[in-house]
Amino acid sequence: MSQKVLLTAKEVTIILHRLACQLIEKHLDFSDTILVGIQPRGVFLAERLKEILEKEYQTPSITLGYLDITFFRDDFRRTEKPLEANKTNIDFIVENKKVIFIDDVLFTGRSIRSALTAIQSFGRPSEIELLVLIDRRFSRNLPIQPDYRGRQVDAINNEKVKVCWKENDGEDGVYLITN
Amino acid sequence: MKELSVNHLLGIKYINKNDIDLIFETADHFKEVINRPIKKVPSLRDITIANIFFENSTRTKLSFELAQKRLSADVISFSAAQSSVKKGETLIDTVNNILSMKVDMVVMRHANPGAAYFLSKNVKASIVNAGDGAHEHPTQALLDSYSIREKLGDVAGKKVVIVGDILHSRVALSNIYALQMQGAEVKVCGPKTLIPKHIESLGVTVEPNLRKALEWCDVANMLRVQNERMDVNYFPSTREYAQQYGVDKNLLDSLHKEIVIMHPGPINRGVEITSDVADSQQSVILDQVENGVAIRMAVIYLLASKIK
Repeated sequence: MSQKVLLTAKEVTIILHRLACQLIEKHLDFSDTILVGIQPRGVFLAERLKEILEKEYQTPSITLGYLDITFFRDDFRRTEKPLEANKTNIDFIVENKKVIFIDDVLFTGRSIRSALTAIQSFGRPSEIELLVLIDRRFSRNLPIQPDYRGRQVDAINNEKVKVCWKENDGEDGVYLITN
Repeated sequence: MKELSVNHLLGIKYINKNDIDLIFETADHFKEVINRPIKKVPSLRDITIANIFFENSTRTKLSFELAQKRLSADVISFSAAQSSVKKGETLIDTVNNILSMKVDMVVMRHANPGAAYFLSKNVKASIVNAGDGAHEHPTQALLDSYSIREKLGDVAGKKVVIVGDILHSRVALSNIYALQMQGAEVKVCGPKTLIPKHIESLGVTVEPNLRKALEWCDVANMLRVQNERMDVNYFPSTREYAQQYGVDKNLLDSLHKEIVIMHPGPINRGVEITSDVADSQQSVILDQVENGVAIRMAVIYLLASKIK
């Protein structure tokens, strides 16, 4: 197993600030916009962006929710391992709001397909966008592309992209792991 | 990731503490789902479930059906009263005929103890026991424990008294197994004629005096007097039963602490508990019904994920 550094902690910080600025450019004061972190690993990125937006760019309080897509996945009973659910925390209605899905890695696009269905349980958003830290090119199973991307990566199938967060893994960083 | 240790839910006796924890964690997620504006998830789109009720039921049947529909399963329901069972068909034949229509899971209530176990040995489908005679009613016990956990934070270390008709009650047996497995202390209380002999061998103690039992407990689970199962008179009159073993507001208020009142329903108002107790702040009877849907969703989801 070998491991290659794709992004260092410093690069992650720079990219997060750029993504935050791109969000402000489009959404200004976030009055009609809601951030939704996709469980489990999109939550760290979403919390980090909220913190940067509020502290560094003085954006007034941002609504953030967590969406778990387990019960909406299309591979129930098709995988060897049972699917483990995480907590959904959306205590607001997304009717007529602009929703931004936030996830760490965009790979096949199937999680986002599930999230597009899952979010409908909370109303009909006026618009849905997708923000990812890592966009794995040439690996999509579905016609889904990000609106905001941190870094595009070419990775072949047996390679894995691992995103580490200070609050969960001890340090920020993105690695390419080959088995 | 964890999965259930069993392929059927036949009784609490057949599962373990890890299974109960997994069911509760999964039910937490489903409880959030059923409080969304749109209360449905598509997980079980390709699963078909038959609800076969050889005994009357309102709450359990509705609760199972709703749970199945909220998971997007296809559901067929069947009551013995309108079926070929009346024409003399055997249980295995009835169920196998239903399974020929490509059914993956069977939820069954039956008057004979062990009917669900028997079925699980003889047909190819995942079986959920929705009550078999005076034996077990596992989903009721799970939702009772889940409601205690929700109200008091934990089941371990709590003192629970089960009051009333223990002899005819499948809810009592499943509850005793489930509560003890989670580390609660259990007492039973009722007229001597309605307490099974040798019940102490299950590790419970018998307290004939209701007031003493209530003073001792954190939770009182008031069972219904099952008149339909009584072939002889087990107590002189309903009035006397209500005086000895019924809980009213005066009794509840005279205790030195606030206890939680549970009832699996349907309530005989004025017999086991009076209306003002059933509708009081201390009663979690309607929470039990809500939790029932979440628990049954969790059980069905976890069993369905094992169907290959």
